[in-house]
Amino acid sequence: MARIVHQLMAIRTKDRLNRLVLLIPVLFLLSFYFFPMIKIAYRSLMQTDSLFALKGENMRIAWRSIRFSFLQAFLSTVITACLGVPAAYLFGRFIFPGRKIMRLISTLPFILPTVVVAAAFNALVGKNGWINLFLMRFFDLSQAPIQLFGTLGAILLAHVFYNTSIFIRVVGTAWERLDTNTEDAARVLSASPWQTFKKVTFPLLLPSILSAVLLVFLFDFTSFGVILLMGGAQFATIEVEIYIQTTQFLNLRLAGLLSLIQLFFSIITSLISKRLDNAPFVPIIPASIEKALRKPDTRRKKIFVFFINGILVILIAMPLGALILRSVLTSENIGSYGTLDFSLANYQRIFVNERDALFFVPPFTALRNSILFALAAMAISIIMAICVAVGSSWSSRAGKIMDVFVMLPLGTSAVTLGLGFLLAFSASRAMVAYFPVLIPVAHSLIALPIVVRIIQPALQAIPSNQHDAAITLGVPYARLWWKLDLPMIKKPLITAAIYAFAVSLGEFGATTFLSRPEIPTLPVAIFRYIGLPGQENYGKAMAMAVILLLACTAGFVAIENLQDIPVRE
Amino acid sequence: MKFKHMILFLFGAAVIFSCTAAPQPLVVMTHDSFAISESVISAFEEEHGVELTFLPSGDAGSTLNRAILSKDAPVADVLYGVDNTFLSRALSEDLFLPYTPDGFENLVADVLNFPGNQLTPIDFGYVCINYDKAYFEEQDLDVPQTFDDLLDPTYSGLLVVQNPATSSPGLAFLLATITEYGPEGYLAFWEGLKENGVVVANDWETAYYTNFSGSAGEGSQPMVVSYGTSPAAEVIFAEAELETSPTASLVGANMCFQQIEYAGILKGAEQEALAKKFMDYMLSEEFQNDIPMNMFVYPVNRLAEIPREFIEFAQVPKKPAILDTDLIAENRETWIASWRELFTN
Amino acid sequence: MLKVIDLEKEYEGKPLLCGVSFEVGADETVCLLGRSGGGKSTILRIIAGLEEAESGQIFWEHQNLARIPAHHRSFGLMFQDYALFPHLDVFENIAFGLRIKKLDSQYINERVAEVLALVGMDTFGQRSVHDLSGGEKQRVAFARAIAPDPKMLMLDEPMGALDRTLRDQLLKDLQSLLAVTDIPVIYVTHDQEEAFAVADRILILNDGQIIQEGTPQDVYSHPKDLWVASFLGLNNRLSGRIVELDPFTVETPIGSFEIDCPSGEYRIGSSVELLFMDIQICQTIKTQGNTFPAEVTGHRFQGYDHKIKICIAGKFDADLITDHALHPGEIIQVSINTQSVLCFAKGKQHENC
Repeated sequence: MARIVHQLMAIRTKDRLNRLVLLIPVLFLLSFYFFPMIKIAYRSLMQTDSLFALKGENMRIAWRSIRFSFLQAFLSTVITACLGVPAAYLFGRFIFPGRKIMRLISTLPFILPTVVVAAAFNALVGKNGWINLFLMRFFDLSQAPIQLFGTLGAILLAHVFYNTSIFIRVVGTAWERLDTNTEDAARVLSASPWQTFKKVTFPLLLPSILSAVLLVFLFDFTSFGVILLMGGAQFATIEVEIYIQTTQFLNLRLAGLLSLIQLFFSIITSLISKRLDNAPFVPIIPASIEKALRKPDTRRKKIFVFFINGILVILIAMPLGALILRSVLTSENIGSYGTLDFSLANYQRIFVNERDALFFVPPFTALRNSILFALAAMAISIIMAICVAVGSSWSSRAGKIMDVFVMLPLGTSAVTLGLGFLLAFSASRAMVAYFPVLIPVAHSLIALPIVVRIIQPALQAIPSNQHDAAITLGVPYARLWWKLDLPMIKKPLITAAIYAFAVSLGEFGATTFLSRPEIPTLPVAIFRYIGLPGQENYGKAMAMAVILLLACTAGFVAIENLQDIPVRE
Repeated sequence: MKFKHMILFLFGAAVIFSCTAAPQPLVVMTHDSFAISESVISAFEEEHGVELTFLPSGDAGSTLNRAILSKDAPVADVLYGVDNTFLSRALSEDLFLPYTPDGFENLVADVLNFPGNQLTPIDFGYVCINYDKAYFEEQDLDVPQTFDDLLDPTYSGLLVVQNPATSSPGLAFLLATITEYGPEGYLAFWEGLKENGVVVANDWETAYYTNFSGSAGEGSQPMVVSYGTSPAAEVIFAEAELETSPTASLVGANMCFQQIEYAGILKGAEQEALAKKFMDYMLSEEFQNDIPMNMFVYPVNRLAEIPREFIEFAQVPKKPAILDTDLIAENRETWIASWRELFTN
Repeated sequence: MLKVIDLEKEYEGKPLLCGVSFEVGADETVCLLGRSGGGKSTILRIIAGLEEAESGQIFWEHQNLARIPAHHRSFGLMFQDYALFPHLDVFENIAFGLRIKKLDSQYINERVAEVLALVGMDTFGQRSVHDLSGGEKQRVAFARAIAPDPKMLMLDEPMGALDRTLRDQLLKDLQSLLAVTDIPVIYVTHDQEEAFAVADRILILNDGQIIQEGTPQDVYSHPKDLWVASFLGLNNRLSGRIVELDPFTVETPIGSFEIDCPSGEYRIGSSVELLFMDIQICQTIKTQGNTFPAEVTGHRFQGYDHKIKICIAGKFDADLITDHALHPGEIIQVSINTQSVLCFAKGKQHENC
């Protein structure tokens, strides 16, 4: 009798705890998202001077930007998925030399500011890029065959470059956790390999694929830097329009309207994705996780591994390599292809404040600041995400609402959100002075959608009866959660941490208004140098970018190694 | 858990700091390209016993936006970075305190044409087409001298400009063409440019470092819209010692657009007296001498020194394009919209 | 029907299977018995076509299966952890193999109902597989395997994940189910009790080879070597030395025994190991020939019998099963049946892989 009562009490505590826990991310979103957004929305509506708000041609411009946003996001997502799903299969099922390195390299693009990506691609496929030089020499051409910049292709390529890793990590991790025995069972039951994939593997992977597709689509839909830098004047997404309306024309009303439209479509997309995601969650059997990874044993599999790796190397590793190479070569040798004169001059120069510049960014300070912000953002977003996931288990309706809420920052214009922040948190000069504290907060807002999308399904997949047994033994719920659930989601947790870290490290656009010259970060330094003409400046920007890459690599390696810390299972 | 503590600590520290009665700094809101020497700032700080804090706030448009949005409770004392394309707009928002700084009498004539004294010019520069000397020599081409020359098929595909909707030099160049051809005729010119294969980038960095052949990026176009001082910068920031600049500007009539940058004291500033002192300081020789090598623009104080490299390698236009600021304010949107219309199809 | 010839397989560089050969006839239930991790599951997987052996062949009714992929072999395989499809309910799990074959809908409904009834889970059709208990999952897995009328059924440690009481119950059920099916069945386990319960023939696997083959009775009463004996739980052994070849006499610390001549080459003076298959407690005190005093050294209650450890004549530790309790310290008399004594040469009888 006492046992039954205790069981009931424990379950109600669970509900109560869930509700309380949910309050934390709700408050977080209310203060740092809804409050700024309401402030800027109010301001937009109040603006009286804008005669331009809803004129015909503005509507036309708006419509064009909506159409293009969808078009390029759709195409980008499709192409990314075409590479991403096979790549997920590669990392989810095969062991091969360099596996960990490849996975790490493929995630690095995420942190690079678009300016750096443009420079990297320029070094590779620009007019004097190595590939063009090679092709020209090889085929004896007078003109560079590859003309990339300013085309839709460049935009799509950059998006694939940035986002393939989401498929690799989100879908790949899910694939790793799929019990191979279910696939074997299907095959024994007369299902051909294709039928097995269609009827067993794919349905089980669907939640993770949908997550990845949604994330990539929203990233591409609200993409700004890539459209601006890799495309040309003829391409404008909603975000670019918002930027133009806000900064060129100071037309907040139209900008606000466009922001709402963008948000609206993002919510619709999230809801559609939720609709399609009907698969029940697959309980995890920890023992079977190791079995999934095998060395490729058949010839076909070996060719597949080689082929996908090849594409990843060409698409991702080579531009990064070109960037690194560019930072250690002097300008005289770029066009030549003959002698390569390596020098660390650029790296030496970034440490020297030649002109006594007030805003000189000491590299190690910037590095330290960037990393500290990234770690803070990582911690905040993971805690929030766990709260969301745990709290959502209270009721499925709460879960659905939270799901949409959490996605909102992703679909919100960075420019608009920035202005909202400004309005919301500029109450006093002292507050403004301590804006940098808000930087990890802003970063974690941006990282939250992706972190939640990774952690939530993993938590939901834990068999529910795991708790019940322990509860009857009188184990307090929180402790139970810490000891049982947390170890089971170690891998997704690590993946989520990596993304939060990456997002924060490379974040530049949305949060520049929060930064202060006294607390410089690496992206700020890169922009300072590349904004001035001169070989030295370009070289210094490249060197800073490489330091950013290295910092990120170190961070990734450290985070990945966290999963080796023994936690009792 | 450790990180959670760090956050709490940071937040707590912030709260505590904001409550203590520390001496209030003088806050200057600038755009992101603002640069000056540490010693110049320290000199001011020491002389007046105040700490200077800078708030870089994005490009010129973003900075102005921010000032407008926080009009009722300004976050800074001084705003630097309104340029002549935004001048009328800034003035119409009534953001500034009228003030004529000391040293006003030393301003060069070029910058004197502006209304009222709410804003004071601090520096000026020119947006000009830079060209790659080596390319023109190798191809044995004549350097274009006028806008009309740019329509010549010999220069097909050799010019890269920036989108005026997203780039300040881009807008300046557009305004230069409007100065030349007038609001009625500029579109025809741009149609001609479009037919002649002009390449459009969205921002200066891309145009200069990805498209321009004369920069470290080694792109395809030997002509780019940039700044009159860029050829000097190429010498100053060259990896090896150079005798001549690899690039130069086209300085035909109306081909360079004059950009002037202004500063002003924000209404409601907390440190009004110190702000005035700082405005004076910005016009002083000490400050003005420091401007060229940091921001690559010219000082407005005619007594200030111009660096040797500027004199040797940067070409100054005899007849720069200058457009009435009210005209700009009235028609900016229309002009940019028409331009976009032409180039988005 | 099934002929497996000389299977060889490596695992992570080390040999796993070294020349496994056996046959399974129609309507025969063959049990592969061996230690965990010994490669038994791998043999099943190779037969099913899920893995490839490095060398060896598999024939089904004289047809070489080498070119035939797993999904064309029509064998049923029941996995050790059941591997039920989590995204399908019980009905769809069982119907999976039938749907793949694009059979008629009505037939599928009937067949699935039939199979569900067979395993005693008629009402479970719409249930989700997550809510099932271990025993229920096992039965669904079994139903799924036999629903498409496979040519042969393979069961990989079906009792592996279950607790003891459940196991015994399900073992009985499985026995009756297997009795009903007339297809060849290969049953893989490490538990000899299960093997003896279901198998017509047992194949004992160790070190990647089949060491012994035979009916349960044969194998139990004539273990081929000490390892098999040990594996089967036959642990009453004593070392001795051959003193006579005819009659075959072995001298041990508790006395000399004349036993039936074993096969193999033996010499006088060589060391051997004697396995005592039949040790009984004497009811009456008769100091006759092969009776010995013994002291009880240990006792374990096993439910419906008792296992006692005794020390015979102070030198020979042995185990006995009795129906009543005996306590440590008690002195009893035991008699040894010399006709049930097996003799083995020392050392391993079979080679390493």
